[in-house]
Amino acid sequence: MLKGVIGALVPLLAAVLAFAFGATMLVALGASPLAGLDAMLDGAFGSGSRIAATAVKATPLILVGAGITIAFRTSVINIGGEGQIIAGALMSTVVALSFPDLPAVILVPLVLLSGAVGGGILGAIPGALKAYASVNEILSTIMLNLVMVQFMNFLLRGPIMDPFELEAGTRIPQTQRLSDNAALPTMIEGTRLHVGVPVAIAAAVAAYLILWRTPTGFRLRAVGHSPEAARAAGINVKRNITLAMTLSGSLGGIAGAILVFGSEGQRMVTDGSAAGFTGSAGFNGIVAALFGGLHPLWTIPSAMLFGALLTGATQLQRVLQVPAALAVALNGIIVIFVISSTPVRGWLQRSLADSGLFNRSSDSAGAD
Amino acid sequence: MGEFFTLSVLVATAASAIRLATPYLLASLGETVGQRSGVLNLGVDGVMLLSAFFSYWTVLETGNLWLAVFVGLAVGLVMGLLYGVITVFLKATQGISGIGIFIFGLGLSDLLFRRLVGTPKPVRRLPNVDIPILSDIPHLGAALFQRNLLTYLAFVLVPVTALLLTRTTFGLNIRSVGENPQAADSLGVSVERTRFVAILIGNSMAGLAGAALVLQLGIFQPNLTQGLGFIAVALVYFGAWRPIGVMGGALLYGLVNATVLHWKALGIIPVSDSDLANMAPAVLTILALIIVARRVHAPSALTKPFTRH
Repeated sequence: MLKGVIGALVPLLAAVLAFAFGATMLVALGASPLAGLDAMLDGAFGSGSRIAATAVKATPLILVGAGITIAFRTSVINIGGEGQIIAGALMSTVVALSFPDLPAVILVPLVLLSGAVGGGILGAIPGALKAYASVNEILSTIMLNLVMVQFMNFLLRGPIMDPFELEAGTRIPQTQRLSDNAALPTMIEGTRLHVGVPVAIAAAVAAYLILWRTPTGFRLRAVGHSPEAARAAGINVKRNITLAMTLSGSLGGIAGAILVFGSEGQRMVTDGSAAGFTGSAGFNGIVAALFGGLHPLWTIPSAMLFGALLTGATQLQRVLQVPAALAVALNGIIVIFVISSTPVRGWLQRSLADSGLFNRSSDSAGAD
Repeated sequence: MGEFFTLSVLVATAASAIRLATPYLLASLGETVGQRSGVLNLGVDGVMLLSAFFSYWTVLETGNLWLAVFVGLAVGLVMGLLYGVITVFLKATQGISGIGIFIFGLGLSDLLFRRLVGTPKPVRRLPNVDIPILSDIPHLGAALFQRNLLTYLAFVLVPVTALLLTRTTFGLNIRSVGENPQAADSLGVSVERTRFVAILIGNSMAGLAGAALVLQLGIFQPNLTQGLGFIAVALVYFGAWRPIGVMGGALLYGLVNATVLHWKALGIIPVSDSDLANMAPAVLTILALIIVARRVHAPSALTKPFTRH
């Protein structure tokens, strides 16, 4: 019981500290923290369409976050969300350009699937490199992010550039408006809420089921817990590391497809940077997953919270002229606090256990 | 192709290579010190962004280049204090907390730039300083000895870091807590204090690297580094945790960047392929990581927080 309370309180304390930092930043920038909070809440939840926008903003974070959970539970650090999102988006864009006349009932699932394939390939590469060539996956995934940005710019300014851009010679990196048959159907008229949202939630549930209700998930977690023990038990560690990264990347790839086909412009567009297309969802998804305790189901509300932070920050910029980059800085602080609080939580729980205040065995059930 | 191999272009490319290698070299040397003590700092890119912004802002407001360099160093030091507390005393997981530092630096530098500066305005750049006699050597002098003071400093720091690590008691302590902290601890070396100081050195140098980057360019924009700090971390692996190897890697990156730059300017790389050419440094890093992965020995305690048993 006490252990559970501490387990929940310490991350919350980390969040409170992070928000205190945010308030301090607002004061330093000459804005009132209360007015700031008001603007953010209004921007995130102020109306039905704003709540829908928050859910849409959270969608790629849920997917990337669920993918991060699979990788981290296998002890593979996937920082390649940005690249995997881009790979999925490019793959699905090319498919939509190639088969624009397929009926929506086929084309929508097809673009989502292509996204998963594109992201999966980009996840499989660093996974296999780690498993079979001992290449540090943190560095290789970050490098693949950098590669994919340039590859995206190359494609969007060349082979798949909007023909109109070509004529006008403006070289804005974007595709033409893609087939309407590939557009993600809207769920509530008058809002931006599209089917990508339930798809992401379903994917997070699937990630949970795979990890904790299938032999595959058991093997992945066994590798994450102790590769040596897993190997001794006859589990193919290398194959499972590659699999974890592939699954993780494919979820990011679906997020990429959703970013394209759930967008208002119904096209892939960037400003030449990764964040220009992804909105840094590849990094924010890591934050959401960590804040959700690396549990796919907790990643859903956690991603909603960070989706609200992002839409709220946009409103903050409109109302109080505080740059929306504040949300990025806050995310960084939250990562630092949550990560730093994990060992602290461990000490508190251990010292409580030593004091004999509660019965250990009654509290050992749980996701781990 | 032929026009690339004229002497003047080669000299200009070599000169650019050395200039572009400077931020890589400063950041990688610092990261080398940190990693030899057993601490991986993935936040280098974020620290560089913050120090680059504050250096830029200092020049914009005061016009004083040396104050700007000092500010960059100080920002690195402050971020080092933060990272040191997180990893050494709170024993947080190093990989992810470094990513936290990166995201924080990315966001904060972006925020401050938009709020305090708005649109990019060019500032004074670091002036080149000719070294007497040496700078008069034909061609070689122009390439090597007509550079700015931070570039000279970066290359002087290569043997200094090497000597620090191999010939001083402090360097011995750094290496021992990076290889076998339990043994070092039992011999009376404070693992915490040694790692903390190594982190401060590493982050200060990342701060200098950020200052060098922005003061050589003379302009700041959000996400100015574009992953340079991460490549600097990879260079430590590439250089097998030795300053001289790291220098080789930094020069290679400087050369690749300079070649892309000059080939684009000369039209050897057509505009339509320039995005593909920009992939070169990251692709090269992946290839380098594959090649060195199994051949070099990392500090045994790298990324492992120390707890006394």
